[in-house]
Amino acid sequence: MAQMIATRDAYGEALAELGESNKDVVVLDADLSGSTKTAVFAKKFPERFFNMGIAEQDMMGTAAGLAASGKIPFASTFAIFATGRAWEQVRQSIAYPKLNVKIVATHAGITVGEDGASHQSVEDIAVMRVIPNMTVIVPADGVETRKVIREIVRYKGPVYVRLSRGKSPVIFDDSYSFEIGKGVVLKDGKDVSLIACGVMVYKALQAADVLGKEGVSARVINISSIKPIDADLIIRVARETGCVVTAEEHSIIGGLGGAVAEVLAENCPVPVKRVGIEDKFGTSGDTDLLMEVYGLTDGLTSENIAKAAREVIKRKHD
Amino acid sequence: MAETAELKEIARELRVDIVKMLNKSKSGHTGGSLSCIDILTTLYFSKMRLKCDDPKWPERDRFVLSKGHAAPALYVVLTRLGYCCTEDLMTLRQVGSKLQGHPDCKSLAGVEVSTGSLGQGLSMANGIALAMRLDKSASRVYCLLGDGECQEGQVWEAAMAASHYKLDNLCAIIDNNGLQIDGAVKDIMGIEPLREKWKAFGWNVISANGHNFESLLSAFSSAEEAKGKPTMVIAETVKGKGVSIFEGKVKYHGTPPSDEELILALKELGEVV
Ligand SMILES: Cc1ncc(C[n+]2csc(CCOP(=O)(O)OP(=O)(O)O)c2C)c(N)n1
Ligand SMILES: [Mg+2]
Repeated sequence: MAQMIATRDAYGEALAELGESNKDVVVLDADLSGSTKTAVFAKKFPERFFNMGIAEQDMMGTAAGLAASGKIPFASTFAIFATGRAWEQVRQSIAYPKLNVKIVATHAGITVGEDGASHQSVEDIAVMRVIPNMTVIVPADGVETRKVIREIVRYKGPVYVRLSRGKSPVIFDDSYSFEIGKGVVLKDGKDVSLIACGVMVYKALQAADVLGKEGVSARVINISSIKPIDADLIIRVARETGCVVTAEEHSIIGGLGGAVAEVLAENCPVPVKRVGIEDKFGTSGDTDLLMEVYGLTDGLTSENIAKAAREVIKRKHD
Repeated sequence: MAETAELKEIARELRVDIVKMLNKSKSGHTGGSLSCIDILTTLYFSKMRLKCDDPKWPERDRFVLSKGHAAPALYVVLTRLGYCCTEDLMTLRQVGSKLQGHPDCKSLAGVEVSTGSLGQGLSMANGIALAMRLDKSASRVYCLLGDGECQEGQVWEAAMAASHYKLDNLCAIIDNNGLQIDGAVKDIMGIEPLREKWKAFGWNVISANGHNFESLLSAFSSAEEAKGKPTMVIAETVKGKGVSIFEGKVKYHGTPPSDEELILALKELGEVV
């Protein structure tokens, strides 16, 4: 059994480390520092931490001002409030002037669980991806999260990082190196490409195992950098395997599936099936159970990724 | 119209339901539900005109729970009024439940609008108040906000609009319990002087003891008499009120009672366990 780490916990630790080595790093939160784990940084560097209260729009504007003055602000809250409530502040005050603000949001997707639809962002990748100048990263596990946090400080410009509430299996070991704009092949295969991000990467690997037992050879690709996207890699795997399944804990509209479909439609139109949340809101419930329930209808389980793979392979041969 | 002794007993029973349902769901907001239950009890059992067998009765008064995380308080009230059944209470926050983590007007009758993202309820209450005026309705709309919630800019945009449009059919209430998630409101992002702020925004401001039914009833009555401006009742409350181990503790904002805590809570609330 893989080790289980919540990406938000990895963020809290990485951020506190970063505070040590980089004195320009400042952190803002909107009354959720215990949940987003920025509290770890706040405890170590109270003078560089600003709790803005329940005021996400003001937090983003303040982060922009700090960045305009040479600081490297990390602004954190739940994904729905960071990208939803404060969307236009992010667009106008941060992205348009291309300011060096790192928006690291936790509690994305339906794995939020019991809080329900009001707190479950299934649209954040889409609404951040569409903003010019914005980089969008969805780490697959705790190890990748740590690498991402270190890497985005070296990059100058606005970045959105999407993290989760729950613990998820560790996929990468410490030798892994993350690069903005680059995807990685986690498992080789020739019959179908399973392209996933976030918590769905582990499920894609499990799906590849299921398929392997049936004699189907599936390639698994982690696309954590949703924007810029690794178009070369996506086109290559599509060409070599002839069909693609995307998997994300996000709406199938505008997220990873949308981004991959855009690349393939223009460059290498092969059969594609998008696994994700099918144009609806989330709901309350235990996280694991929700993934099962949404698995039945929307396919957020490894079994359903495998099913989607069988479908695109069939379409390839039709 | 219940008497205050009766209201007191209703609120006690509702507190029992709140701690039981939160213990069962193992998730949800204890402190802010207990701090506002006396306010909801006063409104729903003594003030608001409703037809429980006709949730959409056009002449009804409306209630907007802007601090949507206090959903358990609303759910126990609506259950007691017959909008949903007792068995539903124990399904809080479970897959398929009518009782979503935050109020969802599609899934439960009696929930007027969906809330949960803080700062948005007062605007919706303004819209309801404007519609009532257009319909020449004598109904009133009540809206409950958290004190931390007042940090949201939208609250003040709505504050401005309500007085601009002279919404005297609107009465808002602040559950002024002094706490939010990361700590005390005054330490995280101070909102004082609160009374003066609402006054400056053109509101009729009334102070009340949020755990005293006479005080609340008299506040709501004078709100009805105020003409030409909306009324804000700043209700002084204690987060977690009624169960001493939860009272005034930030930790119980979003922590449900454990099994041991439930026993202590039920004892203190006068339930024989
Ligand atoms: C827009 C938004 N930001 C953040 C949250 C997360 N959140 C839920 S409750 C809460 C604190 C609320 O404090 P307060 O308004 O004082 O409520 P109470 O003390 O009555 O529980 C926060 C920050 C939210 N629900 N909505
Ligand atoms: Mg409060």
